[in-house]
Amino acid sequence: MTEGRFQSPGWRAARRFTRHRLAMAGLVVIAIFVIAALLAPWIAPYDPIATSWSRIRKPPSELYWFGTDENGRDVFSRVLWGARASLMAGVISVFAAGCFGVPLGLLAGMAGGWVDGLVSRVADAMLSVPFLILAIALAAFLGPALENAMLAIAISATPIFVRLARGMALDAKGAEWVDASRAIGNPMFVTATRHVLPNILPPLLVQATLAIAEAIIAEASLSFLGLGQQPPNPSWGSMLNGAQRFLTQAPWMSIYPGLAIFLVVLAFNLVGDGLRDALDPRSEAR
Amino acid sequence: MLRWLLRRVGQIIPTLLILSVLIFALQQLMPGDPAVIMAGEERGDPQVLAEIRAELMLDRPLWEQYLAWLGRVLVGDFGFSWRIRLPVAQLILDKLPVTLQLGVMAFIVAVVIGVPMGVISAVWRDRPADWAANGIALAGISTPNFWLGIMMILLFSVNLGWLPPSGYVPLSEDWRQSLATTIMPAIVLGTGVAGVLMRHTRAAMLSTLSQDYVRTARAKGVAPVWVILRHALRNALIPVVTLGTIELGRLLAGAVLTEQIFTIPGFGKLIVDAVFNRDYPVVQGVVLATALIFVLLSLLADLLYMAINPRLRAS
Repeated sequence: MTEGRFQSPGWRAARRFTRHRLAMAGLVVIAIFVIAALLAPWIAPYDPIATSWSRIRKPPSELYWFGTDENGRDVFSRVLWGARASLMAGVISVFAAGCFGVPLGLLAGMAGGWVDGLVSRVADAMLSVPFLILAIALAAFLGPALENAMLAIAISATPIFVRLARGMALDAKGAEWVDASRAIGNPMFVTATRHVLPNILPPLLVQATLAIAEAIIAEASLSFLGLGQQPPNPSWGSMLNGAQRFLTQAPWMSIYPGLAIFLVVLAFNLVGDGLRDALDPRSEAR
Repeated sequence: MLRWLLRRVGQIIPTLLILSVLIFALQQLMPGDPAVIMAGEERGDPQVLAEIRAELMLDRPLWEQYLAWLGRVLVGDFGFSWRIRLPVAQLILDKLPVTLQLGVMAFIVAVVIGVPMGVISAVWRDRPADWAANGIALAGISTPNFWLGIMMILLFSVNLGWLPPSGYVPLSEDWRQSLATTIMPAIVLGTGVAGVLMRHTRAAMLSTLSQDYVRTARAKGVAPVWVILRHALRNALIPVVTLGTIELGRLLAGAVLTEQIFTIPGFGKLIVDAVFNRDYPVVQGVVLATALIFVLLSLLADLLYMAINPRLRAS
């Protein structure tokens, strides 16, 4: 409360977030990977797909920072390009899950009755299958491709958003400002989108960030099993799959793609935790 | 108590029914004609195709197919594997003990690491020990367990030569060999869950440590270690046990990739092999079995919660 000026809760939350050192570190790591993914065609020193007989399984050196793989491809260039598949799968599938799950959850919470019963039971049913097993089963039936893996992850992540949005809508339904909105004759849709949604955005943002971390691991897992990005296109998961066979001769092939997954997932988890601390009004007292 | 149990089971049934519809619907996502896939070499023969269609009821309306499938599932008949022509239920029952052994060992690893770490970080809140424990937990949660598996093989099998990199020996055959083949996968599986358990324990401990009875115990002059272990931890463990039981279900999901890395012939390897072989009845069966286990575990979690929380037992 400097100079007695009014500071909006959003502004205060933003300030708390920027002072969260670990979350800021996470944000920097994410920024680096986003830049790497966007600029991969220009900054990757070698072609990520072109094979070469003369440089098969070379250990890391000044020429090949992360070494080369069994087809003579530069691992560093492939890790840079692989950031595209991972980040895209993480962000797009979670965005799709949110776009589908949040309105459904809001509808269930606001409408109640049989709509709520049906939506909630379907969400419960999907949540009773562990996330990764559901994604693997869906991807298996959809067929191996990065787009299908993303769709499978999006569907598997949807019930979490349904449940979260529903719970928040139920909380909001009892609030006076929601009664007020209805009393002045706003239809349910307007009440839900204009008044309830903005209030539940903070927890949704936290959930989405943590869900991206989980989705990136899921994409890597599916690609590792051959259900995501198809070779020769680079993806961290599929690189690890190929690398496992050469663990004795070329350990660098498995170290770096895994390290990349670990760093990105850690960064998203740090940002998610930081957002939760910053957006939780109870932590205001600290 | 009995009425509560009946109501809880009553809630489970519609969930499982909807799940059965969803799992049945998975088939419809499948590109291509299942009869053609099943026929294999004989896919050119229209008579073989017609026979398969009749046998699988593919020529009937969808709802009839679903009811027939559900009727069989209810009596434990999950269909036949397309690839190896064995009943799916039997395949699952054969593989389950392997994954169970792995899961129990991983859970022990998770509890041994996660609970003490949670206690330490709650007792020394906002001190270096707390930061370290939180950091380790976050790293455990953020590490893809298949990569951790590969790295452990690299260290302990390739470089040090201490443990076999893959394979599995059943407990009944040779318990030493069995432990040697499962200890690495159990650690891989356990560390991720340890991170989650640590966070639950820390939160629960922070809340019990601020309770009046803990202050009373301290004021009475009870030794600090005793206050933490007997008074705070005992009550903090109530939510941890419940959440831990549900985490067991997550171990099943983790087992999929871990078993693949260490070539352990369990439940997880079964679904991966089925996916590779496009053996769809097995995939469906495994998903259904996992969901069933998960639902039973959450029921067990609720029962445990009732059993260890005296305040709930009376009502």
